Amino acid sequence: MSDLMKVSSNPHIRSRVTTSNIMLAVVIALLPAAGFGIYNFGLDALILILITVATTVLTEYLYELAMHKKVTVGDFSAVVTGLLLALNLPSSAPWWIGVIGGVFAILVVKMLFGGLGQNFMNPALGARCFLLISYTSIMCNFDCDAYTGATPLASLKAGESVNLLNMVIGKTGGTIGETSMIAIVIGACFLILLGIIDLKISGSYLVAFAVFLILFGGHGFDPVFLSAHLAGGGLMLGAFFMATDYVTRPVTKKGQYVYGVILGILTGIFRLFGPSAEGVSYAIILGNLLVPLIEKATMPRPFGKGGEKA
Amino acid sequence: MAKLTFAGGIHPYDGKDLSKDKPIKEVLPKGDLIYPLSQHIGAPAQPIVKKGDKVLTGQKIAEAGGFVSAPIYASVSGTVKAIEPRRVVTGDNVMSIVIENDGLYQEVEWKKVPPFETLTREEKISLIREAGIVGMGGAGFPTAVKLSPRKPEKIEYVIVNCAECEPYLTSDYRKMLEEPEKLIGGLKVSLSLFENARGILAVEDNKPDCIEKLKKLTQDESRITVKALKTKYPQGSERQLIYATTGRAIHSAMLPADAGCVVNNVDTVIAIYNAVICGRPLLYRIVTVTGDAVADPRNFRVRIGTNYHELIEEAGGFKQPPVKIVSGGPMMGFGIFDLDVPTTKTSSALLCLTRDEVSAMEPGPCINCGKCVEACPGRVVPRKLADYAEHYDEEAFLKNNGMECCECGCCSFVCPAKRPLTQVIKSMRKMQLAKKKK
Repeated sequence: MSDLMKVSSNPHIRSRVTTSNIMLAVVIALLPAAGFGIYNFGLDALILILITVATTVLTEYLYELAMHKKVTVGDFSAVVTGLLLALNLPSSAPWWIGVIGGVFAILVVKMLFGGLGQNFMNPALGARCFLLISYTSIMCNFDCDAYTGATPLASLKAGESVNLLNMVIGKTGGTIGETSMIAIVIGACFLILLGIIDLKISGSYLVAFAVFLILFGGHGFDPVFLSAHLAGGGLMLGAFFMATDYVTRPVTKKGQYVYGVILGILTGIFRLFGPSAEGVSYAIILGNLLVPLIEKATMPRPFGKGGEKA
Repeated sequence: MAKLTFAGGIHPYDGKDLSKDKPIKEVLPKGDLIYPLSQHIGAPAQPIVKKGDKVLTGQKIAEAGGFVSAPIYASVSGTVKAIEPRRVVTGDNVMSIVIENDGLYQEVEWKKVPPFETLTREEKISLIREAGIVGMGGAGFPTAVKLSPRKPEKIEYVIVNCAECEPYLTSDYRKMLEEPEKLIGGLKVSLSLFENARGILAVEDNKPDCIEKLKKLTQDESRITVKALKTKYPQGSERQLIYATTGRAIHSAMLPADAGCVVNNVDTVIAIYNAVICGRPLLYRIVTVTGDAVADPRNFRVRIGTNYHELIEEAGGFKQPPVKIVSGGPMMGFGIFDLDVPTTKTSSALLCLTRDEVSAMEPGPCINCGKCVEACPGRVVPRKLADYAEHYDEEAFLKNNGMECCECGCCSFVCPAKRPLTQVIKSMRKMQLAKKKK
């Protein structure tokens, strides 16, 4: 017993949950949506997903190598970014769109701001918006072997009728991972069961959006119109997988409700009054920018200073 | 009935099975006994013996150094070998009285105490003060001071903290099973000091046998109730315990007395019983020696001053080499680098682990997951406080209620990035407290 023991400040035990566990769970939760995308759009989708994920991981690896930093690709966060970005691309997009988007997401949005945990904007969404602005025609071209013509949301905006059942299952045009509400919700349930995400943000986002539609949608309380808007476009993917991104959402409980409501309203404004049928991506990155403000305004009152609840 | 609990908290592996079913065993020390003069909050005790003096078991060797202080008694008979600085569990060198044990355990002639009913309030409190009793749950606040609030008639609840929420610890559990009469007797003594108070025995519901036993023994006591608390760490934290049992919430700058409460730990209440009913000073405490490195984990009745080495020997030594040794529980205990330190009035456990989870997991960047915010029983935002503390941003730290942290360790425990949140917040709090004192 002459060896000195290890010492540290309390506590001396740690939970089993690690950052890479969490990221891996998110990857798994995205697989149903990705799988359905591949089933729906075919081989093109698979190749685009692989290229995008490979790009994000490689970009992070090379950047860290070049900057003599610790290589952190093992934490799966780059995989999550790549997968999310790919699910937000149309399957008809050429391979280099995945590469440009992947490099932009990791290099510009994530690493230049300090890497994991430091980015003020969701990297996948930042890259998607960058691509939308730079390559509008490619990013908005949803024609592929399986589907041609407008996406359901665009049809809805034009006042045409849509097939609700197909929208819920996902048998419509759109980006690779956004079409199937069912596949996304299955993945989301997995994350909710593991306690990785909860309904504070997603729930308030969807409810606020629905209320906004009822008030300003011009259809009043029309279940078909409402359901189509909820199932259509990137809303489900955004609400469950991107609005809930840890790094870019408020950390306070009250702030999460506020944030969800703001996203719901912004999405409603963009979808109803904007030039494009879509609005989720822009709503979320705008919401990301408001996070520091929201957190400041919603700091909780400490125990013993009011508002006790068991 | 709704479970009595609080918001936040965690559910770590509790490790109590290692030691909970074995009865408490007495340890007779062989080597020197060391009595640090500061084993309580407040002024250090003043030695009243000198080198070479013969002392008997139960003889006072140091006098309280002020109002907030406590005397110290020899727990063996022998000779005073030295009065010099010795290392204690926190790593500090503290002036201590060293007694060479003569192995005879000769006792002083115990003073007879008059029957408890005939004692006045002041007499009872003075017996408690003279017995050297301090909060034995870990804080070490002199109990006599705690029992003398400015307005004793305003105290409505005398709560006995039987939660034992720290993982691995089973000393309170064993005492509740083996000496429940003393516990209830001690509570009755405390209740006699506060005429308007009701007594609460607050036990976590992972100890159903204790709850049943205490309920049975108190069924005819109109002033005492046994309350089952939800098992969750840190249920035994004073502020959380008061909230769970009475629904009253106090912040860090308030005292339990401000909410009409007095909270004492199991061992302390039994010490009160021994002092007031039996006239005995504080000589012993129960220590859980446990962990996967220990051959025979169990609870010991230890004479204060006994070297930790001897406790490990009593527990059969190590079956595997320990990597980390903690004095106290795994959540709030002190990591010690060497066993050569004495048992004090506040040593609740000696935990020997074959794996150090802290150094095994390297901290990564914060991903803002919010788990620390959910787990924090003080309802602050540990992630932000840690940030401010790391950058020494005092203003932001104080403004965002950094001083409300109770250092329970929940945030560090849950953090998936394994960041030492509690540690940095604790350091900042220490600096701020030191500044305030100046």
